[in-house]
Amino acid sequence: MIGKWLDIGPVTQIEPGTARTLPVDGGEEIAVFRTMTGECHALVNKCPHKQGPLSQGIVHGNVVTCPLHNWNISLRTGEAIGDDQGCVPTIPLKVDGGRIFLLREAVVPSAASVLADKAA
Amino acid sequence: MNAPASFEGAKRTGEGLPEKLVVIGNGMAGCRAVEEILARDPERFEITIFGAEPRVNYNRIMLSPVLAGEKSFDEIVINTQEWYDSNGISLISGDPVTYIDRANKTVVSALGRVEPYDRLLIATGSDPFIIPVPGKDLPGVVTFRDLDDVDKMLAAAEQGGDAVVIGGGLLGLEAAHGLSLRGMNVTVIHLMPTLMERQLDEAAGWLLKAELERRGQTILTGADTECLLEKQGPEGKCIAGVRLKDGREIPADIVVMAVGIRPSVTLAKASGLAVERGVVVDDHMVTSDPAILAVGECVQHRGSCYGLVAPLWDMCRSLADGLTGSPNGYEGSVTSTKLKVSGIDLFSAGDFSGSDGAEDIVMRDAARGIYKRVVVQENKVIGAVLYGDTADGNWYFDLLRKGDDISDIREALIFGQAFASGGALADPNAAVAALSDDAEICGCNGVSKGQVVACIDGGAHSLDAVRSTCKASASCGSCTGLVESLLAIRLGGEVESGPKTLCKCTSFTHDDVRRLILEKGLKSIPETMQELHWTTPEGCASCRPALNYYLLCAWPGEYVDDQKSRFVNERLHANIQKDGTYSVVPRMWGGLTTPNELRAIADAAEKYGARTVKVTGGQRIDLFGIHKEDLPAIWADLNAAGMVSGHAYGKALRTVKTCVGSEWCRFGTQDSTGLGVTIERMTWGSWMPHKFKIAVSGCPRNCAEATIKDFGVVCVDSGYELHIGGNGGIHVRATDLLCKVETEEQALEMCAAFIQLYREDAHYLERTAPWVERKGLEWIKGRLLGNPEEVRELAARFHISQKHSQVDPWAQRAGGERADLHQHIAEVRPLHLENVI
Repeated sequence: MIGKWLDIGPVTQIEPGTARTLPVDGGEEIAVFRTMTGECHALVNKCPHKQGPLSQGIVHGNVVTCPLHNWNISLRTGEAIGDDQGCVPTIPLKVDGGRIFLLREAVVPSAASVLADKAA
Repeated sequence: MNAPASFEGAKRTGEGLPEKLVVIGNGMAGCRAVEEILARDPERFEITIFGAEPRVNYNRIMLSPVLAGEKSFDEIVINTQEWYDSNGISLISGDPVTYIDRANKTVVSALGRVEPYDRLLIATGSDPFIIPVPGKDLPGVVTFRDLDDVDKMLAAAEQGGDAVVIGGGLLGLEAAHGLSLRGMNVTVIHLMPTLMERQLDEAAGWLLKAELERRGQTILTGADTECLLEKQGPEGKCIAGVRLKDGREIPADIVVMAVGIRPSVTLAKASGLAVERGVVVDDHMVTSDPAILAVGECVQHRGSCYGLVAPLWDMCRSLADGLTGSPNGYEGSVTSTKLKVSGIDLFSAGDFSGSDGAEDIVMRDAARGIYKRVVVQENKVIGAVLYGDTADGNWYFDLLRKGDDISDIREALIFGQAFASGGALADPNAAVAALSDDAEICGCNGVSKGQVVACIDGGAHSLDAVRSTCKASASCGSCTGLVESLLAIRLGGEVESGPKTLCKCTSFTHDDVRRLILEKGLKSIPETMQELHWTTPEGCASCRPALNYYLLCAWPGEYVDDQKSRFVNERLHANIQKDGTYSVVPRMWGGLTTPNELRAIADAAEKYGARTVKVTGGQRIDLFGIHKEDLPAIWADLNAAGMVSGHAYGKALRTVKTCVGSEWCRFGTQDSTGLGVTIERMTWGSWMPHKFKIAVSGCPRNCAEATIKDFGVVCVDSGYELHIGGNGGIHVRATDLLCKVETEEQALEMCAAFIQLYREDAHYLERTAPWVERKGLEWIKGRLLGNPEEVRELAARFHISQKHSQVDPWAQRAGGERADLHQHIAEVRPLHLENVI
């Protein structure tokens, strides 16, 4: 019943070059990114600097610029780029049949989970 | 034969008869595998091939030239009937296999034919993906996979009319090209913002789009199909057109679905083989059943599925090696892509999505329509995108596959093989030094190397000085690198750095970019980046918002705002706070409010849990702690009470602050408060290089603090003093007096003209105070005073721009626009197991 991967819906829900948020009850909110070239990445939605919401940053290439203090974070590794030091956890993600799947155990480390309240 | 298959076949183990090999699929993979096996050991197998199509094997990737009329079917046949006959192969075409009986090792065809096998090869290829929209089954909707599809398209093209291709990838564009050459009026609908986004980056995709449009195709990117429309034709219902989710409708006599392919795995799955995205195979192309192999687009190898032809050749070699007793495992393929559209040179290979530690080397030549990008990581080429000049594509691909260390040729890598291998010429400075004096450096302004050198020797010691003295590199800028090399050669380390460039992605300054956007008529961010030789593929968080503003300012009503290039506050129309919540400031015209508005604000503050309610310096009320999901709802409530966005979040007109005014104040002159309201009604909604604040005071006591505002009005008995260029902030600056006017109309016109001058001239993120100091008060006075014609024109341009920007963004969002920006994609909750069981 409980699969390894959590289906969070079609990739088309995310406009290329932007991100959307996935709140997790009892866990960290996740930012799900889709780059201009169509790559998808999931990161904890907190800049390693001052916990700014990375989901709201400007995306260029495989990098997001945090909206609070302009740290540049790699979408692939979660690491800060340039002179800044820090790293935000990434969540394993795969796209299959046009849908985005996140590794369930990385979303909620403790127990099984369901997806609720799908946004429009 | 129930023993598991091994690489030693039956014949070699001495049982005499050849093994029976049955191949499901008469396509490129199936036949190539057979060819490879025959080349190694023609006697080993007795071969039967089942094909779904009623014809011999042909080169599927050449269907595009057949559609385009550049080749005939006969020319793309790979294996004729004679080939099957002379190799003793039974071809059963037009009768697909429908069942695999693994226990008895037989296959059953659609017509009931039963064929036993010792080894089975599944090469079922892939199926076109049909997007599940209403109308997908209407007559006139076709895919682009086999010759029957091509025949249908050719039949439609004979009638002429409108064709819509859904999908702007490789296949879709080739279909569109063919139909266009056949005389149809073609529209391509592509979901992503960039054509062929899997192979191209934004810059190359833009060039491709521009070229296809020049050839008469209509390209709609970012276009999502809602449904296919039907009409009553002579033979019943048929396709009439396509409706997009944004409501646009495009007429169509034929619709080609080319959005992608999926491994064809139905048969393999039904027979219980391990199937994920494709049929899972090991390095020898063996499936989870040792007697069954699989090859081509239907397989999944080490997690990858391939939709291109080159990996297929590699797979077939490994498969044949394994089957004939000399296993050499397949290790996956690095792929490259070329678009088969005549006259368009496009090459893409490897990874160019910007990995970590990867560095982009970009060269653009706007005049020749060339874009080259090579991605380097740890001194190795890992990806390349070439548009317009693909001569070096194979060289880059070779470097990429071999993983050669390129540190020695790095400087010259982007110029191609001839240059990079040229010994001394590998140093760009040396190459430039070797040019003759009459070699042309700047094509735009016809400046030779000798002239540039003379100009440098004459005292022009910076790029900017060269540009202003001899005009080299002052137009399109593509020769900037050459001029910089010449400066380095003549001056060594003495080159003076010029004015600051817009950002690290460009060698142009803000002023250059603004001027060139107008001169060259640049109308989009990708176009600007291409024409101005941006050195990064998608720009950065500094230049994207700047370009978005410059384009918006240059082409009001025409340029479509790029929300992705906006800072979060302007994208969500609220101010982000340190905890990731937002603050909301409704507009109060001239700082005036009403009990009704205050009641609505109070209600909203409670309803949406505003943790702090603060009066701002600009005479507004700020509600803090609002979540982004609640923003459209709180705006709807505030809209209902008559309030609109206060733009407290934007590089925009913020507030017009007023004093008590002549209605109540014993010192007040003129209708200062009324003027403040009128100015705010005139200027609200305008986007600016930076935030812009206005105040109107009713007397020189200046209670509205008009003399530290970007534009301040101080009313006096005899008229209106107009002040400019003030701000609070880190460096407080009091305004300069611009002029004094007699009437309210004059004050309003001068206000509009001043704002427009600032909008058109200042650098992005430069407030009026530093702008006035940089330009000098005299320059501004020179433009605005004693020059009524220019003031009128500036004001007129401001009003035209306002026509397009005075739309309340809150009302749009409250009405449901861009809900994706506010809503979560989904929510995850812990599962209570007892509820599920």
